[in-house]
Amino acid sequence: MSGAKEIRTQIKSVNNTQKITTAMEMVAASKMRGAQQRMRQAQPYAEKMRQVIGHLAQANPDYSHPFLQRGDGNASSDGKSGAVGYIIISSDRGLCGGLNNNLFRGVLRELMAHRKAGEEARLCTVGSKAIQFFSRLSAPIIGEVSQLGDTPRLQDLIGTIRVMMDQFEAGEISRVLLCYNRFVNTMTQAPTMEQLLPLPPSDEPELVERGHTWDYIYEPSAEEALSLLLERYLESLVYQAVVENIACEQAARMVAMKSASDNAGKLIDELNLAYNKARQAAITTELSEIVAGAEAV
Amino acid sequence: MAMTMHIDIVSAEESIHSGTASFIIARATGGEVGIYPRHLPMLVQLQAGEVTVRDEFDNEQFYYVSGGTMEVQPHVVTILADAAVRAKDIDEAAAEDARRRAEEALANRTSEVDYARAQAELIEAAAQLRTIQKLRKNARS
Repeated sequence: MSGAKEIRTQIKSVNNTQKITTAMEMVAASKMRGAQQRMRQAQPYAEKMRQVIGHLAQANPDYSHPFLQRGDGNASSDGKSGAVGYIIISSDRGLCGGLNNNLFRGVLRELMAHRKAGEEARLCTVGSKAIQFFSRLSAPIIGEVSQLGDTPRLQDLIGTIRVMMDQFEAGEISRVLLCYNRFVNTMTQAPTMEQLLPLPPSDEPELVERGHTWDYIYEPSAEEALSLLLERYLESLVYQAVVENIACEQAARMVAMKSASDNAGKLIDELNLAYNKARQAAITTELSEIVAGAEAV
Repeated sequence: MAMTMHIDIVSAEESIHSGTASFIIARATGGEVGIYPRHLPMLVQLQAGEVTVRDEFDNEQFYYVSGGTMEVQPHVVTILADAAVRAKDIDEAAAEDARRRAEEALANRTSEVDYARAQAELIEAAAQLRTIQKLRKNARS
């Protein structure tokens, strides 16, 4: 009966694992709903800002901000070919399938391409998985923030964004890419790389084609208003990416835990079969021993 | 009926208020401003302080914003509130913090990162083992 007993303990342990994964799946599902809610809440701010900035840039065509890309879309025409900055957003915890690794692989590919082209890279990481992964590379990490929890505050991100903006303004970085997972739906998360700086020109036609011209009354000045708004806009973009990444993390964890629970169920079935076979074999042996014994007498 | 305008107070983290108002008071960098409907388009920087929203029934509501920008259109007012207390030196301190954290993480990479690497290797080994087992099973049957 020794084989049967071993199998029984194994079944018990797999059962416990299944209980944990099922619980984690449900927790992830409810957290995902919260994260999606936050994603939606952050949207009106960015939308409104885009409108105001679009109008500002149009009303003051003579004033150009370094954050804004000019209409011709040629950022490097002024001879600046500094390093490329990356803001990489990851989760703090694992057990979420290939979510982080898919993103990192994309970033690595990009990094290699830049290295071949002779461009340097500077990294800023959000989340402890990213710093663990990228600290093995030779690319310098100039800013880091992790342990944001499920409800990140914009306040915690300011420092990391500031580091990038400072270097961009100083001309050390010629452009900044934002790398995160975009939430498509529960099953799909798309690793995304977007250009954050300089801001690509907005392609909203209704802003450009509006016939009548009007302008705001500014207080204190148009330049200040524009640069403040741009700064806040960038922050809100990064914040939104972080919130979206959290929604992705929870969705990915939910799917991963679901398949883990399913696998555990399959394993239990297999083990049960093996257990029954072992038990039956033991009974058969015992019976045949008894019969043999009776015959001998 | 009193004339009204639409007011939205939004921050990067959430939408704080949305409704109609007949009069709004906010604290701009140059002093308090009061907005009635059909105001000229205006873009105002706000400093930390109260925003008073009076609706058409003369009920007043107060909101605290820690700074931000107010966009005024004749019938729509939008306050883009900052999500946190902001000042140039606070921002710089936060940036310094982020830099320091990165350096620290790089300095003591041995502990946690080695653990992560060991974990990755373990997963890889386990996967290889599983494949070998599967191959063996197939060979036997």
